[in-house]
Amino acid sequence: MSSRQNGIVKGHDGIFKKLSPIVTIVAALVVVWYGFTVYLNSPWQIDLYKKADVEWTMSDLVRDTMAHNRPILPAPHQIIVEIWETTVNKKITSKRSLIFHAGITLSSTLLGFVIGTILGIGLAVAIVENRAMDKSLMPWIITSQTIPILAIAPMIIVVLNAVGVSGLLPKALISTYLSFFPVAVGMVKGLRSPDLMLIDLMRTYKTSRIQLFWKLRLPSSVPFLFASMKVAIATSLVGAIVGELPTGAVAGLGARLLAGSYYGQTIQIWSALITAAVMAAALVTIVGIVSRVTLRRMGLGS
Amino acid sequence: MADKIAADIAATSPSGEGMAGNANSGDVIRARDLCLTFDSNDGPVHALKDVDLNIEKGDFVSFIGPSGCGKTTLLRVIADLENPTSGSISVNGMTPEEARLNRAYGYVFQAPALLAWRTIERNVGLPLEVMGIARNDARARVQRTLDLVGLDGFGRKFPWQLSGGMQQRASIARALSFDADLLLMDEPFGALDEIVRDHLNEALLHLWAKTGKTICFVTHSIPEAVYLSNKIVVMSPRPGRVTDIIESDLPADRPLGIRETSQFLEIAQRVRNGLREGHSDE
Repeated sequence: MSSRQNGIVKGHDGIFKKLSPIVTIVAALVVVWYGFTVYLNSPWQIDLYKKADVEWTMSDLVRDTMAHNRPILPAPHQIIVEIWETTVNKKITSKRSLIFHAGITLSSTLLGFVIGTILGIGLAVAIVENRAMDKSLMPWIITSQTIPILAIAPMIIVVLNAVGVSGLLPKALISTYLSFFPVAVGMVKGLRSPDLMLIDLMRTYKTSRIQLFWKLRLPSSVPFLFASMKVAIATSLVGAIVGELPTGAVAGLGARLLAGSYYGQTIQIWSALITAAVMAAALVTIVGIVSRVTLRRMGLGS
Repeated sequence: MADKIAADIAATSPSGEGMAGNANSGDVIRARDLCLTFDSNDGPVHALKDVDLNIEKGDFVSFIGPSGCGKTTLLRVIADLENPTSGSISVNGMTPEEARLNRAYGYVFQAPALLAWRTIERNVGLPLEVMGIARNDARARVQRTLDLVGLDGFGRKFPWQLSGGMQQRASIARALSFDADLLLMDEPFGALDEIVRDHLNEALLHLWAKTGKTICFVTHSIPEAVYLSNKIVVMSPRPGRVTDIIESDLPADRPLGIRETSQFLEIAQRVRNGLREGHSDE
């Protein structure tokens, strides 16, 4: 009973202890951000004052640098207002809704992530179970990640379009290109993680290769798989956004970034960026929760 | 002592491997001139050299010696986890590989080696699962072996919820679950504290009496070896070889207090002398 109460008290302590550093850092960043907003936007604002030939004070300057339509650096509250305007105050089906664009990006992120995870697991199994695969595949897998995704993304889109594949899949495949890698590497490590003693143990039972895989290697690899999937889902999102950039896509967070940069809509760019960051954090958190629940169910969580 | 080994050899057929199966049907394990050499960067390491050994059905044999004397290697050769370089060895009249493929033995490692994602009963049932034994039958066997090692009621726990001693009991239960007649144990209690160790030693003796299994037990504790065994194989390192085989005449019924008796201490002294002699050879 008393240990249970202790646990609860500890839990509260834990939340505060966890939150206070995060809040401190965020607050510090916001302060710095406001400082830079004034600093970066003031030359242009001062030019405006000169052209209009008006007297101005420091407080005028601070106020006006935070009210530009196309500032060099928008103030945080401008971004928040923009996000509010384009999410809550717009229909989801509208081309101007950020939720609409985020949804497009999310769908290709998830599709690419699922394909990438399956591909990564498949490659890892092939590498662990087959010596020739081990020797031949791994160098190519590593090489694949040394090519800048920005260089290869347009090629993938163009080639797939030429063979008649268009829409969601080409973008998702760019996510796949990025996300299969951490899964493959993590799974290889996971499938090879069982102790030699456990492999000897299975050998004493005359365990077949297939049984060894299902009963020992695969369960051992689950914690590694989830750790890799956390990385993979974040890189999937990056891949989806990058996939929207070179294609002249009209929808998706990447398209918003591109359109924003065409027209100098910095507030729009920043709100798309922030949305992408929040989405990435949410996706990683969801994978983390699934991981914790699964591992606890397996008896591996503590 | 050398005479003793010679006598052991004389008692069996000199023709070795070919006759191993039928010369003496009571022998579970029979090794002749067994050598095993590992290649290392510092040259060959003679883990086992000219080992001759007979283990009869129902024996409790302890292998004792300092680290590097090849006692674990010998156990692993019996289990077909290592291949001997030369010489012959038979297990139940078969080669170790045939014996392993016949699931002739249960092996208990130094660590419990339980699968963390399986409950205790699913760990104990693992060999039965691998062997494709029907689920109902398997469940009954798991229950029986858990009772046997005193883990009744802990089947649904995960390994981390049990103490080290209980985990090792579970790993013994796992080795017993498929009813192999031979139990190979590699320092199973080495990592446990003295009290738990005494307790498990007692439990193991009961188990031996109840099941009549042949047990090969690797240890580096003299009292443990003398307390448990009816035959003690003393080994020495570099090269790993058998220096003495001591038949114990302690009564079958052994309360822990027997370790204070003069008979016990006499055997312990002989083991100690054997170990010392092996060391002075260097």
